Amino acid sequence: MADPRGHRLLSGTLIAVLCLALGVALVTQVRRTRAGDALADQRPQDLVVLLDGLRQREAALHKEIAESEATLRRLRESGQGAGAALEEARRRATALGVLAGTVAAAGPGVRVEITDPRGRVGPETLLDALQELRAAGAEAVQVGPVRTGVDSAFSGSAGRVRLDGTDLSPPYVIVAVGDPPTLAQALNIPGGVVDSVERAGGGSRIAQSERVEIAALRPERSHKYARPAG
Amino acid sequence: MIGVIALAVGVVLGLWLDPTVPDWVQPYLPIAVVAALDAVFGGLRARLDEIFDAKVFVVSFVSNVLIAALIVLLGDELGVGGQLSTAVVVVFGIRIFGNASAIRRHLFKA
Repeated sequence: MADPRGHRLLSGTLIAVLCLALGVALVTQVRRTRAGDALADQRPQDLVVLLDGLRQREAALHKEIAESEATLRRLRESGQGAGAALEEARRRATALGVLAGTVAAAGPGVRVEITDPRGRVGPETLLDALQELRAAGAEAVQVGPVRTGVDSAFSGSAGRVRLDGTDLSPPYVIVAVGDPPTLAQALNIPGGVVDSVERAGGGSRIAQSERVEIAALRPERSHKYARPAG
Repeated sequence: MIGVIALAVGVVLGLWLDPTVPDWVQPYLPIAVVAALDAVFGGLRARLDEIFDAKVFVVSFVSNVLIAALIVLLGDELGVGGQLSTAVVVVFGIRIFGNASAIRRHLFKA
């Protein structure tokens, strides 16, 4: 105090030191805050609240994950189910197409040739042949150029047989897909088709084959009134 | 003037050295910085009022920092540290604003 110059120097130094310390502290604090190390100097109560919030959020997210996984699983299963159903539907459509005559068919079967030199083989004999073949399990049948279907009808008279409005001319060729021995046997039974043809003065030749092809198609019918029920 | 230079040097030093803060200081550092800022603004105002006294400045600086730290310490011990910290910051904030407006009046006459 006695020396004003020394006093001034001392106070100047003190001020400088304090301001220096403030600068360092300021920068340090700003840096620490920027670094995001904010949790370190939080109070326990605040930390508990934070932790609680985080736990709740975690639980909610876990629940969401579980729900999403369940949805994913359900969708996958339904996707697989839909694929299987589609496959089954395609398979059935093809099978029904063979039955309805809208798709070509090939497989083991028989080829029957009925000759009629005297013109006395009538539509009922051919119908008989078709019935017998069907009864024996023929899955697809073609008579002459006509594929037979559920609504096929023979008409006309002996020597001028018509099938579904198409004129047939002897020799009548019937191709059927099915078990060849069974089909041949069905035609050969006593009093059956072969006998009827012989009585009418015609001849028949049955050839069993491991592969016959039925290429003729029936036009697809569109139903005007009937709709699937149930 | 010397204070402003020292402050700038301190900022540069802090950037350069990047000191780590000891754990026990960590809760008090922000409050101490705010308190010290209040003292600096007060000093600046006094200088512009031409009533600046180095002794007053040094004492107010040190006591501001110590009392602020003490209040926070007490608050922590009583379990109201967060609220007291807020109170200290609010009070110092108001004071800094007051000093800043006085400085502004001096500098811009407005």
